Amino acid sequence: MSLKILTEHCSTPGIETLEVYRQKGGYSAVEKALKKMTPDEVVEEVKKSGVRGRGGAGFPMGMKWSFLAKPEGVPRYLVCNADESEPGTFKDHYLMKTIPHLLVEGMIISSYALGANKSFIYVRGELMYVIRILEKAIEEAKAAGFLGKNILGSGYDLELVVQPGGGAYICGEETALLESLEGKRGNPRNKPPFPAVKGLYQSPTVVNNVESIATVSWIVNNGGEAYAAVGVGKSTGTKLISASGHINKPGVYEIELGLSCDEFLNSDEYCGGVRTGHRLKAVVAGGSSVPIVPGTLFLKNANGEDRLMSYESLSDGGFATGTMLGSGGFIVFDETACIVRNTWNFSRFYEHESCGQCSPCREGTGWMQKVLNRIEHGKGSMSDIDLLVDVSKKIEGNTICPLGDAAAWPVASAIRHFRDEFEWHITHPLEATKAGAVYAGAVLV
Amino acid sequence: MTENNNIVFTPERLAKVQEIIARYPEGRQKSALLPVLHLAQEQFAWMSQGVMDYVASLLSIKPVEVYEVASFYTMFHLEPVGKHVIEYCRTGPCVLMGGEEVFGHLQQKLGIKKGETTADGLFTLKEVECLAACGWGPCFQIREKYYMHLNNQKVDEIIEELSK
Repeated sequence: MSLKILTEHCSTPGIETLEVYRQKGGYSAVEKALKKMTPDEVVEEVKKSGVRGRGGAGFPMGMKWSFLAKPEGVPRYLVCNADESEPGTFKDHYLMKTIPHLLVEGMIISSYALGANKSFIYVRGELMYVIRILEKAIEEAKAAGFLGKNILGSGYDLELVVQPGGGAYICGEETALLESLEGKRGNPRNKPPFPAVKGLYQSPTVVNNVESIATVSWIVNNGGEAYAAVGVGKSTGTKLISASGHINKPGVYEIELGLSCDEFLNSDEYCGGVRTGHRLKAVVAGGSSVPIVPGTLFLKNANGEDRLMSYESLSDGGFATGTMLGSGGFIVFDETACIVRNTWNFSRFYEHESCGQCSPCREGTGWMQKVLNRIEHGKGSMSDIDLLVDVSKKIEGNTICPLGDAAAWPVASAIRHFRDEFEWHITHPLEATKAGAVYAGAVLV
Repeated sequence: MTENNNIVFTPERLAKVQEIIARYPEGRQKSALLPVLHLAQEQFAWMSQGVMDYVASLLSIKPVEVYEVASFYTMFHLEPVGKHVIEYCRTGPCVLMGGEEVFGHLQQKLGIKKGETTADGLFTLKEVECLAACGWGPCFQIREKYYMHLNNQKVDEIIEELSK
């Protein structure tokens, strides 16, 4: 068994309660941090750990913390991004509903490190039942003296608020999230200024993903160096991967970064292989936004070397042959999956979720969806394929926030690797539109 | 403006509104908008103009500040809905798990298409994007409850149970 930093106690009955969580050593990191460490010392350990933002961008968390402006007399805020909405991603959902105190404990220590006295957990509104679980955990923590005034006699005060969203993928973008938290539409802000300088209520703010904050207790207990010793290279520590699609064992798995892709997909400890009786066609390794790759390029890079589940190895080869670890939303496609239909489905998602603020994204996502829709339904023409590539290029990099890129990459990568399947849909519309019809020429593993 | 007469929160919800407003720094009561809209939908089922105006008055903000937010976020129903609103995930990973077939069955079972409400006012069927339950799909949500690992038989059981 590999090291489980976040999920070790997830199967313990009652772990959602403070009592059982404490029996398993919970809140010892709060005691250690608040009684024996200065805020800067906590930041230093997180920096040393090398832990990277687990929401998808992979930016070093300690560095993000160190950017926080600290003007005198101005409040600072920590906001946890629990707006998990990237298709394929359900790890934060699992973690919060199973072991809510892990996030609460991480929030207390992180808020202390950043000097925030009021912190927010912004949870997507659909997860109202999880919000109730978190609020109960917060009540318990407050009653036990881990929240509120003068926590554990340290002189440090913290109030923790859980805020529901209202159903909008875009609010996972940190400045859209802050707008939403201020009671507005989730339109991303122009940057600079960055949230570290002007964030929530125009005050310095750090926004971190659930999984990122949940690592902090372990880092405080064991030290940043111990965390950095796990994993491979700049991909330190463990990562939650939420696995879905055509595999034997869909679910949430914690892996040590650097695990081989083959082992993650095929071993019984994790996905248990492609559905029995079927073969691997394609993989989306890190949430719907990252490039889709054929199974062959997921398992081995272009040089034939084994690929690893790490930020660097998955992106080896750039977008020509690689992909990204992203949020860890791992989606597997077997030979029964139609890449054109899936690409159309994802493009419909981005059209629906575009906030409409930037023209390239508002218009481009709509056009991509319409063109893909007509190809999928047997009405496409050959020039449509290049048209899609052209539209995707005109969205990419031309928007305020990364939703534009996120919409462009799945389309561009599907055409890059599965162009013959798009062509077949166009040249064989009668066959392609039959129920359950799938292009027979795909390379399978 | 529409009639506002019958639109008043229960005393419990009014107290809750005050509790929510107190969570934010002074003068930032607009932050309470999303939580209060959820409370409103809980009680009034959908966002009529009267409901939105009422929420605006509670938070001392302009009605348009409520309209633009309620219309941006997909969870808020801008038209009347049935007793049970089924919000069905239509996104890729659920489709891979057989989501489209099960959705077809659900429409047949209810005798309505997406966006419609059954004649008895019992069910409204809405398609939604990813609910963050991909490995447990196909899935739908009714109010706060997630229904996962759906298949035709499970759908029948759920609908029959809720029809009682």
